[in-house]
Amino acid sequence: MKHFTRNLFLTVLIFTTALGLACSGEKLGTGGETNSDASGAIKLQGSGASFPKPIYEKWVNEYQIVHPNIKIDYQSTGSGAGQKAIISRTVDFGASDDPMKDEDLQKVDGELIHIPTVLGAVVITYNIEGIDKPLKLTPEIIAGIYMGDIKKWNDAKIKAENADVNLPDAEILPVYRADASGTTAVFTDYLAKTVPAFKEKVGAGKQPNWVQGIGRGAPRNDGVTGLVKQTPNTIGYVEIAYAKSQNLPTALIKNKAGNFVEANIENVSAAAAGAVKDMPDDMRVKITDAEGDNAYPISSYTYILVYKDQKDATKGKALVDFLWWATHDGSKFTKELHYAPLPEEVVKKVEDKIKSISADGKPLYQEGAATTAGK
Amino acid sequence: MAKTGTLGDKIFRTVLLIFASTILITVVAMIVMLVWNSMPTIRQFGIAFLFEDKWLPASSIYGALPFIYGTIVSSLIALIIAVPLSLGIAIFLVEQAPKKIATPIAFLVELLAAIPSVVYGLWGIFVLAPFIRNYLGAFLAQYFGWIPLFQASLNESGTISSGIGMFAGGLIMALMITPIITAVVRDVLEVVPTQQREAALALGATKWETTKIVLGNAASGIAGAIVLGLGRALGETMAVTMVIGNSPEISASLFEPAYTIASVLAANFAEATDKLYLSALIEMGLVLFLVTFVVNGFAKLLVARVARGSGTAKAT
Repeated sequence: MKHFTRNLFLTVLIFTTALGLACSGEKLGTGGETNSDASGAIKLQGSGASFPKPIYEKWVNEYQIVHPNIKIDYQSTGSGAGQKAIISRTVDFGASDDPMKDEDLQKVDGELIHIPTVLGAVVITYNIEGIDKPLKLTPEIIAGIYMGDIKKWNDAKIKAENADVNLPDAEILPVYRADASGTTAVFTDYLAKTVPAFKEKVGAGKQPNWVQGIGRGAPRNDGVTGLVKQTPNTIGYVEIAYAKSQNLPTALIKNKAGNFVEANIENVSAAAAGAVKDMPDDMRVKITDAEGDNAYPISSYTYILVYKDQKDATKGKALVDFLWWATHDGSKFTKELHYAPLPEEVVKKVEDKIKSISADGKPLYQEGAATTAGK
Repeated sequence: MAKTGTLGDKIFRTVLLIFASTILITVVAMIVMLVWNSMPTIRQFGIAFLFEDKWLPASSIYGALPFIYGTIVSSLIALIIAVPLSLGIAIFLVEQAPKKIATPIAFLVELLAAIPSVVYGLWGIFVLAPFIRNYLGAFLAQYFGWIPLFQASLNESGTISSGIGMFAGGLIMALMITPIITAVVRDVLEVVPTQQREAALALGATKWETTKIVLGNAASGIAGAIVLGLGRALGETMAVTMVIGNSPEISASLFEPAYTIASVLAANFAEATDKLYLSALIEMGLVLFLVTFVVNGFAKLLVARVARGSGTAKAT
C-alpha cells in the first residue's frame, strides 16, 4: 500500500512538471503557419468585435462567391479579444470597435494599422407604457438617469423636453451591459464628453465604474434588449442594428447643433461627415458628439486591425484584396444590415492605408486586380 | 491488494494507476495554473482581495467580497428551495406514486435536467423575472417587507421595480438543481432494501414513519445528491448571469442585484486586456475553487453527522 501511494505521488509529480514545462514552452510553436489547405485555398483567420459580425459574415460569403479559392473565417470574440489576438499574431486580422490606445500600440511588435470598415450607432431604448411618440433626450438627462440623479420618468428635466408626452410617475430602471463591451465604450465616451459630472463619476470605457445601487446589468445586446422589453419603466442602450431588427422604440438625442435627431443610417453618415475633418492620419478617431445639423451623436466607426508589414506575401495579398473589396464593392451591403457606409473622404484615406500594406518591402496592392473581378 | 506475479496484472495495475492519477494531476495542475496566473493581484492586494467590497476595473480596484457573497447567498437560496422540493418529489415517486404516474414524472424530471442553462436564462428573463416583479416579489415585499431580506419599494401599480436580482438568481438555480437532486435521491431511495419497509410496516409503523426510516438509511446518499446540486449551483453561469442583475454590491434585500463569481468570469474574461484585470479574474477563479472546496468539505461533515445522528435515532 505504501508502495502504491508513493507511485501515485511520483506519477502526479512527473506529469505536473511535464505539464508545466509544456506550458512555459508554448511560445515556441506559434502555429497557424499553413497558408493553404489541401485544396490549395488560401485561408485567412480573423477575430474580434461582435458588433460588425453580421456585415463581416455577409462580406465573407459574398467574397467567396467571387473568389472561391480564398477562405475567410471570422470569429466574434469581442473587441478586446480581437486586439489581443492580432497582437499575439494568432490571427491574420483583428477587429475592434474601439481604436487601440497609444500605450498599447507602442507595445506591439510591428506596426499595426487601423482600417475603418463601417459605421454604427448606439441607440437609447426604453419601455414606458402608453407612449406613442419617441422620447426626446439630452445627454444631461441620460447621464442623470444612469448616475441616479434623475429617478422618475416625470422628472422636471425630462418633462421640459417632452411637454407633449404623458410621462408616468414611476421609477426609472436603467439597464447597462454587464460584460465589457464596445457598445458601452461608445455610449460612455459620448456621455463623458458631454457631461463633466458623468466623466468624473462613471468615466468612459468598455467597463466603466457604474454607480452602485443604480439599475441592473445584463449580459450582451440580447440580455439588455430582453430586460428592457420585459420590464416596464426601464431604459437601456443597444446597437442600432439590434434595435431596428427588434422594432424597439428609440429616443431622439439632442446633438451638438442642438437638434433632436433620430438614430438612423443617414444621421450616422451625417455624424461621420461632420467628423471627417478631425480624422487623423492613423484613422483612430471617436466620432461621438459630432458636428452637423443631422449628426446622430452616439455614432462610431468599427475597425479591422492588420500589420503594415505582412510576413507572408500570398496571405498578405489575399488580405489586401479582401479589404479593398470590402470597403468598396462591399459597401453596398451595409444599409440592409443597418450599418452606415464610410464617407467618400474616408474611403480615400482607407485606400492609401491599404496601398501601404507590404510584404518584404513590396506593396501588395495591385490596381484593378481585386476590385471589379466577378462583377 | 495481494500481489500477483503475472505481467498482465502488473500492466493492468499500472494502467489503472495512470487513470486514477489523471484526477489528481488535473486538480494539482489547475491550482498551480490559477495561483501562478493570479500572482500579480495576489502580490498587489494580498488577502485584502477577499475582503474588499469594491470592484472597479476602470480604476484598478478589485475586491472579491461582493462576488463571494453573491455566489454563496444565491446558492443558499437555491438549496433552501430545491432540497425540500426534490426530496418531496423523490419520496413521492418511490414511496407513494403508482407506477402509472411515477414513470412519466420521472421521465419529465430527467428531461428538465437536460435543458441547457441558456434556455433557463431566457425563460428567467421572459417569464420568471416579470412574475417576481408583478406577483411573487410584490407579495413578499408588501407582507414581509419588514424583514430586511424582502424589503423593496412598491410602485404605484403595486409591483416592485424589477424582478431581476439575487432572488431571481437563486430561484432559477433552484429550478435547475431540483431535477438533478430529485433524480439522484430517487435512485438512492430505490436501492434501500424493500425488506426494511416491510419490516417497519409489519411492526405497525405508519407510511410516514416508514419513510423516515428509509430516509435515515439513505441519508448519506441524499447528502451526496445535495452536494452534487450545490456544486452545479456554485458553478452555474449563463442562466444566473441573465437574471441576477450583475452589479457587484452587497445588499440585505434579495430583490437588489448581485453578482456571482462564475458570471463575472464569463462576462469579462474575453475582454480583459489589462494584465492586472486578467489576474484579478483568474484569482476569482481560484476563489471559486476554494469556496467550492470549503462548501463541499462542510457538506461532507454535515453528512457524516446527519448519518450518525439518524443511526442513533434508529437505535432508540
